[in-house]
Amino acid sequence: MDFNDTPQEAEFRAEARDWLANNAERKAPGKVYKYQRGEPELIPAARAWEATKFEGGFSGIALPKEYGGRGDTRLQQIIFAEEEASYLIPPPIFSISHGMAVPTLLTYATEAQKQRYVPATLRGNEIWCQMFSEPAAGSDLAGLRTRSVRDGDDWIINGHKIWTSGAHYADMAILVTRSDPDAPKHKGLTYFFLDMTSPGIEVRPIRQISGYSNFNEVFLTDLRIPDTQRLGDEGQGWQVAITTLMNERVSSGIRPAPDFEDIFDLVRMTELETGPAIADGAVREKLADWYIKAQGVKLIRARLMTALSRGERPGPENSVSKLVSSFRRQEIAHFGMDLLDMGGGMMDPDVAPMRAMYQQALLDAPGGRIAAGSDEILRNIISERVLGLPPDIRVDKELPFDKLPSSR
Amino acid sequence: MNFDFSEEQYLLRDQARKFLGDRSSPAAVRAVLEDDTKAYDRELWRGMAELGWVGTTIPEEYGGAGLSGEDLCVIAEELGRTLAPTPFSSSVYLATEALLLASSEEQKQEYLPALAMGERIGCMAVSEGIGVANAQSINTRASGGVIEGTKVPVADGDAADFAIVLAGPETGGNPSLYLVDLNDDSVRRKPVEMIDPSRSHAEITFEGTVAEPLGESGEGWSITQAVFDRAAILMAFEQVGGAQACLDMAVEYAKNRFAFGRAIGSYQAIKHKLADIYVATELARANAYYGAWALAADAPDLPMAAAAARVAASEAYNLAARENIQTHGGMGFTWEFDCHLYYRRAKLLSLALGGERRWKDRLVSQLEARNTIGEE
Repeated sequence: MDFNDTPQEAEFRAEARDWLANNAERKAPGKVYKYQRGEPELIPAARAWEATKFEGGFSGIALPKEYGGRGDTRLQQIIFAEEEASYLIPPPIFSISHGMAVPTLLTYATEAQKQRYVPATLRGNEIWCQMFSEPAAGSDLAGLRTRSVRDGDDWIINGHKIWTSGAHYADMAILVTRSDPDAPKHKGLTYFFLDMTSPGIEVRPIRQISGYSNFNEVFLTDLRIPDTQRLGDEGQGWQVAITTLMNERVSSGIRPAPDFEDIFDLVRMTELETGPAIADGAVREKLADWYIKAQGVKLIRARLMTALSRGERPGPENSVSKLVSSFRRQEIAHFGMDLLDMGGGMMDPDVAPMRAMYQQALLDAPGGRIAAGSDEILRNIISERVLGLPPDIRVDKELPFDKLPSSR
Repeated sequence: MNFDFSEEQYLLRDQARKFLGDRSSPAAVRAVLEDDTKAYDRELWRGMAELGWVGTTIPEEYGGAGLSGEDLCVIAEELGRTLAPTPFSSSVYLATEALLLASSEEQKQEYLPALAMGERIGCMAVSEGIGVANAQSINTRASGGVIEGTKVPVADGDAADFAIVLAGPETGGNPSLYLVDLNDDSVRRKPVEMIDPSRSHAEITFEGTVAEPLGESGEGWSITQAVFDRAAILMAFEQVGGAQACLDMAVEYAKNRFAFGRAIGSYQAIKHKLADIYVATELARANAYYGAWALAADAPDLPMAAAAARVAASEAYNLAARENIQTHGGMGFTWEFDCHLYYRRAKLLSLALGGERRWKDRLVSQLEARNTIGEE
């Protein structure tokens, strides 16, 4: 075993460090990126940062050169993400664009479309959103109802999408629709991409329990999409959607706070009625449990990098890491507030420690356990794809979609 | 970055898996478990000695294989998977590691070649009954070259030829380690009934037994701790192997047991339980691998890596063993099914070297120390 980079990896890391040092500001205690989510200046700043990376040759690191990428490996992509995490950079506005839209376009779009859209996205000109989920189709994505009807060279779309991150600032979208309600649910889907300025799109932000609005409902009314913007065959939308989901961003390993180090800091600052919190046996047991999980996730990522460096495909690492990390974040948020006792409920960032990180996380954490693969779906993935347990008995696979029972 | 075992180490693992699959079957484990007069499987022990496993980390000049701690971890995982009923952990992880860490050249010459061949078996005697054993609590005393006192439970104390004993000075103060011949007439040994009878343990009473100092006087506890750290990593691999065996058993059973017209493994109540065991085992494996690296590299954060590996592996194995029985339903609760062999071993291993609470505390102490010296 060897935790050091190979000479080739070390060379790339040095190059990335050098470039970042000249193009971004390093993180420091108490410093945050100049714009937060929700501030109007954030989106232009995020575009500008992508453009800077593109010019520097660090955008689309693992993508082919002919579409504006660097033509390197996913391992190098992770190395760059690791190094980038030490700098004050915008939140990941482009993760759906790079991690989902681009790989799908590269697999299913025409050559002219790839040339038109991929470099523009890498350069920061185009931000994509993903119109997959619907009110009646979340974890059960193939239950979606948004209708697409062929009309000459176009398709006419009517429906209601939800949980669409970034729809309020995206330029482009990928979209799954139901083209044949008489076919079984997985067989009647068709996949498109579209321009968000097309007529017939109404975006309404959703207010989350944290008070923020990161995602939206999108209403599609008589929206016209040219058939040339269909990705994959008519009725093949499920396979295309799987391509999109399989390409979900390889985790950079950066998890939203608070994590182990944050709660360790808070514990060491806190005085309990029995003395310092760090001397309390119950507190120490929890710290130990969270440390082995945080460290385990970090090391599982090291194993992923090892596999990637050998040209092997990633395994179930991301499912394990996400399941463990999002639950741990919620536990830590609860415990952090508990340490503050009667004052723990205060949310004023000028009063609550670490600018109310724990209180904010308490309200954010439930979303982490639901979005991008809920705890339950991840356990299904692990038990079926890794352990080889039989799939659930399905009552919805063969029947025509129109005949399926649905929520009232 | 190469966070994986080498090709040679995978070959070693395959060899170990094949050998132990044949020789350390559940029937072999039961033969020891069900026979009070049988302390361990002698034939299996001889076989492991012939393969050179017993002397894995002993340098070639003392008759060992001169391999690294990582290689020993590979073997440990397979021993754990098959519950190998031998004094391997006592003789190899504890006695051998203690001698490698602290012995004089003369002692190395005397002990290591026989240990490497499996001709002599060593053990380590620290605990003195119910409760925490440490530098302050032990009552065994050494003076004038002899020791007095009782150690219990001593893993493999009835099978071993010699023990490394932690004993304090007559006047109070820091304890030291001593090498003691267990075949001496002044030593009384009797077997102790344990939660896992497939691993033998003894109560050993020393009545003026000749004891030879091992390591610096007064350093007994710090050497013990260093040996326990190293053993914790090796034992974590046994625990990961055991947890994986439980998961494999539970998955196999869940695929083939039908209830309400379908395989029970198709119910999410079972699936999610098994997914949780998988996750705990992978976290433990990752922490254990880091420990293997720290062991081979003798890294400065070895104590922290050891504590993390130990805590994660104890939790994973206990969870896997417990939920494996649950998945098997009533059959899992019978003597006939093998689930209880793992359930017993899981608990035994999480108590050997000190319980989970103590290792969690040690892990946090290591994290505090790391932070005060300002490392990342």
